[in-house]
Amino acid sequence: MAILKIPTPLRPYTGGMSDINVDGENVGHALDSLLAQYPDIGKHLYNDDAQLRAFVNLFLGEDNIKDLQGLETPLSETDSLRIIPSIAGGAKG
Amino acid sequence: MLEINEKLLNDIHLHGESTYPEEGAGFLLGTETDPRQVVAILPVKNMREDGTRHNRYLIEPLDYLKADNEANEMGLSLIGIFHSHPDHPNRPSEFDREGAQPSFSYLITSVNKGQAVESRSWQLLEDRSKFEEEPINIHE
Repeated sequence: MAILKIPTPLRPYTGGMSDINVDGENVGHALDSLLAQYPDIGKHLYNDDAQLRAFVNLFLGEDNIKDLQGLETPLSETDSLRIIPSIAGGAKG
Repeated sequence: MLEINEKLLNDIHLHGESTYPEEGAGFLLGTETDPRQVVAILPVKNMREDGTRHNRYLIEPLDYLKADNEANEMGLSLIGIFHSHPDHPNRPSEFDREGAQPSFSYLITSVNKGQAVESRSWQLLEDRSKFEEEPINIHE
C-alpha cells in the first residue's frame, strides 16, 4: 500500500491521522481509496463538478503530479504521495 | 476563539503595511488547542503575478511545505493564514472562500492608505458555504 500524507487543515476529516494507507495503481485510484475510507474529506478535495479543486496539489516525492501524468501517474506500494495545498485569496470578490 | 499576543498582531500589521499597496500574507503557527493559540508567524512571498497583487495573494505548495516543516520543527502546527486587504474591508471575499482550507483561521487585516487599521479572524463553515467570524483574544 502506498502512503498518502494529509495536510493539517484536512486532518479533522481523517480522524486526526496524517498518514493514510491507500490502495491503487495510480494517483486517481489512491484518492478513491482515501475517499472510501474518509468520505467527508471529498468536498474539500473536489468541486461540484467532481474535479480536483484548483488549490489541491498532489506531490509524488518532489514532483507535482501535474508535471507527471496527472491522476494517471502510476504508484508503487512503497510510494509516498502528499496532498499540499496552495493558498489563494484576496480582496477582490 | 483565536488567541494572539499584541506583538505578533503588531508584526502582522507591520507586514501588511510593508507590502502595501499589494497584499501580504503568511502562516499562523500555533497550537490546535481550544482556544487555539498563535505562537509564531511566518510571512511568505506573494507569488501572484505583477499587476494582480493589490487584490490577490498566492502561496505556492512548496512554500506551504516549507512552512509545515518549520512548524513541525518548532513543535507547532499550521493553524491559519494571515493576509492583508489593501484599502478594502477585513472581511473575506468570494475568492477567499473558494480557495479556503477547512479548519484554518483566516486573519484578515485592512490596510487603508498604507496604515493597518484592524484585523478580524474568520473560519470556513463545514459545508464551505461561507465564512463565520471567529473571536480574537488579544493579550500582552
